[in-house]
Amino acid sequence: MSNVSASKERRDLRTPLARARGLGSGKAGTDHFWVQRVTAIALALLVPWLVGLLVSMVGAELGAVREVLARPWNAVLLAGFAVAAFWHAKLGIQVIIEDYVHVRWAEVTLQIINLLACALGALASLYAIGRIALLG
Amino acid sequence: MSTRERPLSPHLQVYRWQITMTMSILHRVSGVVLTFGTFALAWWLMAVAAGGEAYRDAAECLASPLGQVALFGFSLALVYHLLNGIRHLLWDAGWGFEIPEFYASGWTVAILTVVLTALVWVAVLGGGA
Repeated sequence: MSNVSASKERRDLRTPLARARGLGSGKAGTDHFWVQRVTAIALALLVPWLVGLLVSMVGAELGAVREVLARPWNAVLLAGFAVAAFWHAKLGIQVIIEDYVHVRWAEVTLQIINLLACALGALASLYAIGRIALLG
Repeated sequence: MSTRERPLSPHLQVYRWQITMTMSILHRVSGVVLTFGTFALAWWLMAVAAGGEAYRDAAECLASPLGQVALFGFSLALVYHLLNGIRHLLWDAGWGFEIPEFYASGWTVAILTVVLTALVWVAVLGGGA
């Protein structure tokens, strides 16, 4: 194995840096890790509030639910939750697909579905919150 | 050069069970459950926005036995992932890397998950907090 790569290196006259270039951005390397942690912190703060909000609405009529969700801070924090949660979910599912799906076409297909579905979920949530908050 | 079978690193079955391995895989499993739960929340918000029949259907669905089981599963996954996520964030900050601390924080998360999930459902079944 090491002999094979050594002979390849001998045929390739480029420097190690030249071979590495274009294989991925060093600048974006920690981006996934970092965004996952930042959204995690946001969610750790928002989840207790959200659970309390949802529990307080158990058994409520539609009008009462809309009235609660339309309150300014509730609407803003819920919108923040939707963005952070779907972003965090997208990053997590992405890693699971990378780890377990080793057939290239299936992996790429699932990654695209993951991205589009999470984007759709976030957009639908924001639309619904905006509509409830602004139109009642 | 022939490619001979390389030795593989030992897999799960050779290890004695430890709480850390269960916590690790449950974090991933609960993350997948919560992804579906977040889509359910988006669906519910759309139903609230649409109102009328859409909201009645959604409320009926959530109140059904299957809906209640799903909500319980989501709440359990949410509490677990939140607590174990905080454990992960503390590791990221460099805290709790001694072996006994791994076990202690793992059991703490496991027990708190049961307690807090139970408290949430006491509030739910008590007719709202």
